[in-house]
Amino acid sequence: MKPAKFDYYRPKDLPEALSLLESSGFDGKIIAGGQSLVPIMNMRLATPECLIDINGLQDLNFIESDDHVLKIGTMTRQNTVETSQLIKDQCGLVTEAVAHIGHLQTRNRGTIGGSIVHADPSAELPLVMMALNGTLHISSEDETRSVNAEDFFLTFLTTDMMPNEMLTEVHLPIWKGRVGSSFQEIARRHGDFALVAAACQLELDAHDRISDIRLALGGVEAIPLLIGDAKELLAGERLTDAALQKVADVVAGSVEPESDLHASAAYRTQLAKVLTARVVHQAYERAKG
Amino acid sequence: MSLTEINVTINGKAYAEWVEPRMLLSDFIRETCGLTGTHVGCEHGVCGACTISMDGAAVRSCLIFAVQADNREIKTVEGLACNGEMTALQKNFVECHGLQCGFCTAGILMSITDFLEKNPQPSTKEIKETLSGHLCRCTGYDGIVKAVQKTVQDNQKEVLQRS
Repeated sequence: MKPAKFDYYRPKDLPEALSLLESSGFDGKIIAGGQSLVPIMNMRLATPECLIDINGLQDLNFIESDDHVLKIGTMTRQNTVETSQLIKDQCGLVTEAVAHIGHLQTRNRGTIGGSIVHADPSAELPLVMMALNGTLHISSEDETRSVNAEDFFLTFLTTDMMPNEMLTEVHLPIWKGRVGSSFQEIARRHGDFALVAAACQLELDAHDRISDIRLALGGVEAIPLLIGDAKELLAGERLTDAALQKVADVVAGSVEPESDLHASAAYRTQLAKVLTARVVHQAYERAKG
Repeated sequence: MSLTEINVTINGKAYAEWVEPRMLLSDFIRETCGLTGTHVGCEHGVCGACTISMDGAAVRSCLIFAVQADNREIKTVEGLACNGEMTALQKNFVECHGLQCGFCTAGILMSITDFLEKNPQPSTKEIKETLSGHLCRCTGYDGIVKAVQKTVQDNQKEVLQRS
């Protein structure tokens, strides 16, 4: 298992990287951590003719925040994200999710941006982006634009980005007040891709009533699935067993997972139901403090 | 075939070599540098056998191209022992039967060395989580977990004796 031949470029800054990407057309591919790309190159499922290595672009390796937004540069290693106190304090859902990605050895190398643009349907970071409706900042040589996560993921391994574009940073909203979140997944083995994963973040008012909630599931569709009905079902209410059962049933009725070698559609649907109840309940308990 | 010159330090020794961009770092270490202590198993980042330390962090050498290691500092299993003396972790692998065939051992030693530097007093759960990045088909992991636990205890005793 050896990759096919390619030309290798190591740009010194973002404009040079974007210029190389523009000139290489459909044959060019950005490599960041390479933890998803290199396996598929080794298996020759991907044979890019031109590899543009952005590991030297230190400007894209940062974690910062203002009052409302947490900003993470695309080249930030997953391990750096996992151990960041700033992220833990302001967007704990990210910290909890990142610990589920692969293993220590792959998180040491893998980046936040790489996992998001790879857009595996059961990957953790795309799910978190969808759950919180983060914003993706994308650049090409001529244009810089931003896209909400809800519009970013199109289908299996496919995003809204064009071949001449590159993800530069991700923004996540910082929720204030009585906020709780939870991320849980079921995988065959620790570090494997999740069969099903669920992420929830909610906010309570002073009387323990849910004032806002975001709920999303991974591994059940081609892209992370946002459960838009969750807010309608739960907003204004205290969380009861009946309400929890209701939202779990709605999720079970709205997912249409596929059967594969790893799990049947029926099992995935059951997992979606169970994990939904678990994450909503845990997020609620955490918000109550 | 276009070649690129790279300068890499491995176990304190400088190597200047010309490589094809598609050469994996694992192959560079084994075939170009002749350091065959690093083993190659699955070549797609699952088995952990090829784990090395790059700039102090345990990484899969089969998921990095040799050109990407230009100007980086690498440590392989050959670089762990100091003046012929094995590290405490290595000795405990022998003592606790942490290996049988030895194929996975080099990678595990590199991961756990990095892991214990960052987390000197891990729980058994944390040790097992870190080992989940490595496939061992001989030991059932029990001896490996014991070797790591004993190393943690040994290190604590040493700290206590010094203070």
